[in-house]
Amino acid sequence: MFKILEKREMAENTVCHFKIEAPLIAKKAQPGQFVVLRPNETGERIPLTMAGTDPARGTIDIIFQVVGKTTALMRTFQEGDAFLDIIGPLGKSTHLEKLGTVICVGGGTGIAVLYPITRALQEIGNHVISIIGSRTKDLLIMEEEMKNASNEFFVTTDDGSYGRHGFVTDALKDLLDERKDVKLVVGIGPVPMMNFVCKTTKPYGVKTMVSLNAIMVDATGMCGACRVSVGGKTQFCCVDGPEFDGHQVDFNELIKRQAAYLKEERQSYDLFQKKQGQ
Amino acid sequence: MAEQEKKEKKEKIPRQPMPEQDPKERSKNFKEVPFGYTPELAQKEASRCLQCKKPKCIEGCPVGVKIPEFINLIAEGDYIGAAKKLKEDNSLPAVCGRVCPQESQCESLCILGKKDDPVAVGRLERFAADYERAQGTVDLPDIPPPTGKKVAVVGSGPAGLTLAGDLIKFGHQVTIFEALHKPGGVLVYGIPEFRLPKAIVDAEVDYLKRLGVEIKYNYVIGKILTVDELFEMGYDAVFLGVGAGLPVFMNIPGENLCGIYSANEYLTRSNLMKAYLFPEYDTPIALGKNVAVIGGGNVAMDSARTALRLGADNVHIVYRRSKTELPARAEEVHHAEEEGVQFKFLTAPVRYIGNESGWVVGMECIQMELGEPDDSGRRRPVPIEGSNFTLDVDLAVVAIGTGANPIITGTVPNLELNKWGYIVADDATGKTSREGVYAGGDIVTGAATVILAMGAGRNSSQAVHQYLMNKS
Repeated sequence: MFKILEKREMAENTVCHFKIEAPLIAKKAQPGQFVVLRPNETGERIPLTMAGTDPARGTIDIIFQVVGKTTALMRTFQEGDAFLDIIGPLGKSTHLEKLGTVICVGGGTGIAVLYPITRALQEIGNHVISIIGSRTKDLLIMEEEMKNASNEFFVTTDDGSYGRHGFVTDALKDLLDERKDVKLVVGIGPVPMMNFVCKTTKPYGVKTMVSLNAIMVDATGMCGACRVSVGGKTQFCCVDGPEFDGHQVDFNELIKRQAAYLKEERQSYDLFQKKQGQ
Repeated sequence: MAEQEKKEKKEKIPRQPMPEQDPKERSKNFKEVPFGYTPELAQKEASRCLQCKKPKCIEGCPVGVKIPEFINLIAEGDYIGAAKKLKEDNSLPAVCGRVCPQESQCESLCILGKKDDPVAVGRLERFAADYERAQGTVDLPDIPPPTGKKVAVVGSGPAGLTLAGDLIKFGHQVTIFEALHKPGGVLVYGIPEFRLPKAIVDAEVDYLKRLGVEIKYNYVIGKILTVDELFEMGYDAVFLGVGAGLPVFMNIPGENLCGIYSANEYLTRSNLMKAYLFPEYDTPIALGKNVAVIGGGNVAMDSARTALRLGADNVHIVYRRSKTELPARAEEVHHAEEEGVQFKFLTAPVRYIGNESGWVVGMECIQMELGEPDDSGRRRPVPIEGSNFTLDVDLAVVAIGTGANPIITGTVPNLELNKWGYIVADDATGKTSREGVYAGGDIVTGAATVILAMGAGRNSSQAVHQYLMNKS
């Protein structure tokens, strides 16, 4: 059992942060790696990239948005409750290198995944420019943390309620126009956002890394549920990823594969809501 | 003369069939297909055994079960004694009685089989193990005093469980590290409930736990701990029995469309995650109306029969060779046919066709003919040009085999692998190129059977025991 030591609601209670006791995983995990969680006996196995670890305290950080039954169930968990299973650290860690100027672009809960990578990139001496965005001001997460991990920092909101009015890609495009020394862009967020980040950087020829959160079952390379086409070749997100060269990823295929169980996800979620209401 | 008479008399009792669920009924549920022998049927079948002085059947058993002895105990009505006799050589008799290919092992060598049907060794094995479990009289053998040696077993499939059961009985301390959240490996994620009820796997694993075997779940060795770290933690030997956990795809166009599963994924969703009970269980599984399963092995049969039970109207096994080359057990093929699985022999898919939302709607196939024998000795299937046709398919399961998963093998320095990524290990002992590291089962041989993996676990347990006792 993996006990929740701290629970924090974020972004107007749409996002939730757990600090979970998992000493061995905390000791081993590197930025960019993920864990698989199974909340209870009837639960499914879902992958979530860690937002941080505290090896001394033996904890890992998970930040998630309620998008379906499993995350809705997870949100009902309180401090002291526990996950039945947590498996990790899984996937390859971020390839960290001192390159010069790098831009980190984050959207939604992707910012949580981006944060440890941003910090690591800065720690090894890169000049880190970060752009984070959300639909509206109140949904923005981890602004302080991201600011502290960056040399330059920008915020965008779709409705203009905070920071620059527009999408993260608008700010990204301006930066790429201004600066010719950008060596790497890291884009992490919802799949359509990552797709647009890649489309934005492509004409500039700047290498762009994305972190994919495909549907998984075992997450150890055994089942192939998380197949993704990268450069025309099938890769497994769980063992070959989760990070890939975004210019090689077939986003159209990924978007369709992510939607494979929409009907079942809705059925499951509705049933859960109904039971909660009783 | 007396012997001859005895033989003739025995031959008059026909091989006793095992009562089973009606095919029409069972193709709609996940309950086990056969009901098993009653004590009366078991005794009658056991009485057919000639009790040969030099029994051939034992030679056909990878773990050397003393077959005539346990059958004789059944004939005498000592069913518990029979179960104990089985367990001297086989720590998972209820499993083996169900999934072993007896027709090509023990039963194929039975003298009765020359003129008549062989003794139903598998059914009797299953009966004795089930009887003992149902009585709740599973006694524990005496365990010698602790040797102070610690063994780490990676993987809780048939190889690892067998080895763990043997080593604990030698007095060693045994810890199994399992990557998934349940024990059993292929017995839980691969073989469906209707062929091997999970309660049986749980009972067999529970027996090992009562013997003192420790099982740690959610440990992906190679990630959370490496083999070298296991040695640093004080383990004296490590056994790798991780199976062949890498799905093989055909790499044909359209294979990443939604609705196309590897057999590993399809069966794992249904068996391990219990997706057949969705939405009571949260893991979903695509329900196809027209299902194609590609491949002709036991895994293909399991996938096809699962699809039927999940409500498919048409399930086709698409196999590139002909019926005689089917690698699946005869009984599995027979059961699949009875339940309504259709077979398309000498057929292979060439591409999948999808709709605008990315779901598979068709599978283009080509007809094959058999040419000259290939390396495996089987006649090589050759495509017939221009014979393409399209099958309506809304779900496809690729069951053409598995490969070696590199998660663990890639993290053990100096571990010799063959060109396919399998571990190079000595046949008789499981010894690898690394001192103190042994391996067995599918990660050495490539995908094979439960009993062969158990045989490898058995062989390695002897070798590991010797190694530990000689180690200062």
